[in-house]
Amino acid sequence: MALLALRDVSFAYGSETVVNGVSFELSPRDFLCVLGENGSGKSTLVKGILSLLKPSSGEIFMGDGLRASEIGYMPQTTQLQKDFPASVFEVVISGQLAKRGRFRPFYTGLDRASAEEKLDSLGILGLRDKSFCDLSGGQRQRALLARALCAARKLLIMDEPTAGLDPHATEELYGVIRKLNEDGLAIIMVSHDTALAKRCATHILHIGHPGQCGYCGGQRVFFGAASEYYN
Amino acid sequence: MLDNLIEVFSYAFMIRAALAGSLISLCAALLGVSLVLRRCSMIGDGLSHVGFGALVVAFALHAAPLAVAIPVVGGAAFLLLRLSEDGKIAGDAAIALVSTSSLALGAIVISKTSGMNVDVYNYMFGSILSISEADTYLCLFLSVVLIVMFVLCYDGIFAVTFDETFARACGIDAGAYNVVIALLTAMTITLGMRMMGALLITSLIIFPPITSMRVFKKFKSVVICSAVLSVTCFLAGIILSCLFYTPAGASVVAANMAAFAVFSVIAMLKS
Repeated sequence: MALLALRDVSFAYGSETVVNGVSFELSPRDFLCVLGENGSGKSTLVKGILSLLKPSSGEIFMGDGLRASEIGYMPQTTQLQKDFPASVFEVVISGQLAKRGRFRPFYTGLDRASAEEKLDSLGILGLRDKSFCDLSGGQRQRALLARALCAARKLLIMDEPTAGLDPHATEELYGVIRKLNEDGLAIIMVSHDTALAKRCATHILHIGHPGQCGYCGGQRVFFGAASEYYN
Repeated sequence: MLDNLIEVFSYAFMIRAALAGSLISLCAALLGVSLVLRRCSMIGDGLSHVGFGALVVAFALHAAPLAVAIPVVGGAAFLLLRLSEDGKIAGDAAIALVSTSSLALGAIVISKTSGMNVDVYNYMFGSILSISEADTYLCLFLSVVLIVMFVLCYDGIFAVTFDETFARACGIDAGAYNVVIALLTAMTITLGMRMMGALLITSLIIFPPITSMRVFKKFKSVVICSAVLSVTCFLAGIILSCLFYTPAGASVVAANMAAFAVFSVIAMLKS
């Protein structure tokens, strides 16, 4: 049974359609890479899957008991403030909020242990009490990944996780992500690095503007196994 | 000098003012951390101008000042949020529109009624004498509500402040947090502005968090430091104002400026 299925889904801001009739299916343990140029609606699609936007048409199905709030989400770091006073631990444990009931006001020891375990598994337990804004780009991405893992049950969505990283840090982060996938987590990764996508992903979804249709939103150009993707 | 101080604080109204003001400062600092970090610092300034307009109108109509000002400022806070969420008018522009409009309305009402007098001057620059017993109870009530909510929603407030999109993805109702924060800010501003003055009340929201962030790099430390700093500076300001017969609001701001300078030096020495 599919973990996630989109059928003819469109998203629009006001009268402007940004994503137009996209369909795909994701099975547990899949690694889907979403490719496309800037402005093709990749980030909008991600927000839609996270239920932050309502589709203007089409339907999104979630299987296997998955709920939108249990999808781990790793946003682009460029959207975050550079001078925010927060320790790495404060940032990471906020991912546990997704699993916390609406009426339970405080984190439990279990929440704390889970956050520490995620830090440890990503090799940044030593940075626990560091200030988030003092971290290097790669460390910051790991911290955000740890936060996403706190929230994730079966699916992790990443929006350009390697943007702004040097090649070494990029390679390392891909290693970590591949390992997570091998351990059983389904992954959706937005990227525009075609070569790496073909190497890491099991499936590729390419959205863009085919032909002259520049104003009707990003459409599906390709969806299928990574090995079948040429371009 | 000390005798003078002891004598001043033997009056019931001074004790009331000090108590109510400390509570307001505490509330303002707690809200301020979130507002400043979300680049909403000027919302307090906008709301205090709306409050000024509302107070002047209430004064002209001989109505109870807070009964008019609290709902009006609350409404304005809600409106400001809506305007900036719609995205049709930028947030800072929306604040400027609303605040200058209410200031203009206030000025027209003043010119047609009392003219510039001591009461109007006090609304602008603040006066300790303006705190009644009922106000003190209202401050007490507000601060208890705010502190309880802040503690219960602390983790959510952190998440929404740090990364609203992620918080929403976690299933947190960020919109509700925004409304609650705006309404509490409106209450705090309205209660505090007669003591601090419409032109100076924003300082209570902005100074303590900014000062704390000079030295502290964790959210929790910044929150705690802001709260302590805010109350300390308020009391220091009030004492200064009694000793040197300076306006209360201005003296509190001066104390906050001094704290900012001290924290900046500490930050420089640390790095």
